[in-house]
Amino acid sequence: MRNPLSRTIVEIEPSGIRKFFDIVNEMEEAISLGVGEPDFDTPWHIREEGIYSLEKGRTFYTSNAGLKELKVEISKYLERKFGLSYDSDKEIIVTVGGSEAIDIAMRAMLDPGDEVIIPQPSFVCYPPCALLANGTPVIIELKAEKEFRLTAEELKAAVTSKSKLLVLPFPNNPTGSVMSRKDLEEIAEVVIENDLFVLSDEIYAELTYGEEPHVSIASLPGMRERTIVINGFSKAYAMTGWRLGYACGPGVILEQMLKIHQFAIMCAPTTSQYAAVEALKNGDKDIIRMREEYDGRRRYLLHRFREMGIPCFEPYGAFYMFPCISVFGLTSEEFAEKLLESEKVAVVPGTAFGRGGEGFIRVSYAYSLEDLKKALDRIEHFVNNLRK
Amino acid sequence: MREKILTFIEKNSRIDLKELAIVLGVDSATVLNELEAMEAEHIICGYHTLINWEKTGIEKVTAMIEVRVTPQRGMGFDKVAERIYNYPEVESVYLISGGFDFMVILEGRTLREVSQFVSEKLSPLESVLSTKTNFILKKYKDHGTIMAEPTRDERMKITP
Repeated sequence: MRNPLSRTIVEIEPSGIRKFFDIVNEMEEAISLGVGEPDFDTPWHIREEGIYSLEKGRTFYTSNAGLKELKVEISKYLERKFGLSYDSDKEIIVTVGGSEAIDIAMRAMLDPGDEVIIPQPSFVCYPPCALLANGTPVIIELKAEKEFRLTAEELKAAVTSKSKLLVLPFPNNPTGSVMSRKDLEEIAEVVIENDLFVLSDEIYAELTYGEEPHVSIASLPGMRERTIVINGFSKAYAMTGWRLGYACGPGVILEQMLKIHQFAIMCAPTTSQYAAVEALKNGDKDIIRMREEYDGRRRYLLHRFREMGIPCFEPYGAFYMFPCISVFGLTSEEFAEKLLESEKVAVVPGTAFGRGGEGFIRVSYAYSLEDLKKALDRIEHFVNNLRK
Repeated sequence: MREKILTFIEKNSRIDLKELAIVLGVDSATVLNELEAMEAEHIICGYHTLINWEKTGIEKVTAMIEVRVTPQRGMGFDKVAERIYNYPEVESVYLISGGFDFMVILEGRTLREVSQFVSEKLSPLESVLSTKTNFILKKYKDHGTIMAEPTRDERMKITP
């Protein structure tokens, strides 16, 4: 029998710490600080709208790009929050989570040999998606000294004649790092100079803390026509299981993305789309409530890590801390394994998000303050023992 | 700042002062001063515990009594309310818009105890015109808290 498998897919490495994940997921008694999704339930008025749509029998396909009403609301939302303007007819596609949007954007934009510049540590899907789209991932390892922001120098150094697309994953999972307007302006300059495109994954945009609100690179001069903005409902509205995201960008690119979406997916889940309309219409207050709660936990966690003498920069986005544990002479994986073994606390080794994450762990604060406190007490006990 | 402190402690009054300060991003002295000031101003009227008595096996009966009254000259409703709220068995008294005047919430050990209070204490008050007693059969949510068992965290323990 012939080999049934595609060489491309076989060559893609599975996540190296799968084994660790499996152990944790089966360990009932472990306290986990390892999740990448909100601890809040989807606000009730949004769930209600989903239920209502089922009661009304709205169980059919929607048009490929999504419900018109939803696209109109997305367009209004992006304008209201980030000063972005997209034509709801031609420049927005509703997708199955932000992940699908990332996938189809890469497929629509890459030809074999095109290089995709991916800053790491970052979410795990960019390099595999680039490979599946026949692109070549080029990794930039972000530096802790720069608080894991991407600098124009780093970008310049990574650009070659084959570079086509830059992935911009901010606010960042796993570091919590954000890019200021000034940071983005410097990046935009390099992007325009080198005729690159940007895939700006802004799924955590609403979870930005501190004085400066989230800035989308697409809102900078000359960048709209070069940028695909990815966003969605998972993080902002605590709707991970509804699987609903969207991509916005220039019509010429979206038109091609829509073809892939049309043939592979048809349309995003109808129930979720109806619920999402309600989220956008009446959910601003939910975002504020959840953000304030995350913000309090963020301050608490930062305080605890610093009190323990574990270096940690102040993250202004998402719901993660990325403390540096290299002082203990263990690798990230060893640290995470030992912590799990001796204290039954699960965190994610920084290396799960790229080699540049070595020496760090990702600690999620999508947990109640009481849970965080319990887990942090155990971590403190653990590091005190390591120091002995 | 006051609103932030109040919003937080309304749901969790047992939080340690130092922790509250960290969560709110201010120093402990500020929180302490504000708390003391608000206690003095009677903005913070107490730190109570929300109890689901049903689960204790201890018998309790709660009634919500709609009361219609004649307001007294010069004193309006306040004087009448005072005569009602001074009874220790009265939990809460609210002046209400609509078909009646006061909502009186009463807690007793038995139905008999409650009805006795209504017939012997409340109804005979000179300004009380009528009462309508509604017994609470089941408490689903109280003070913003759902009484059913909290749901378990069903998220996978680790996700990227």
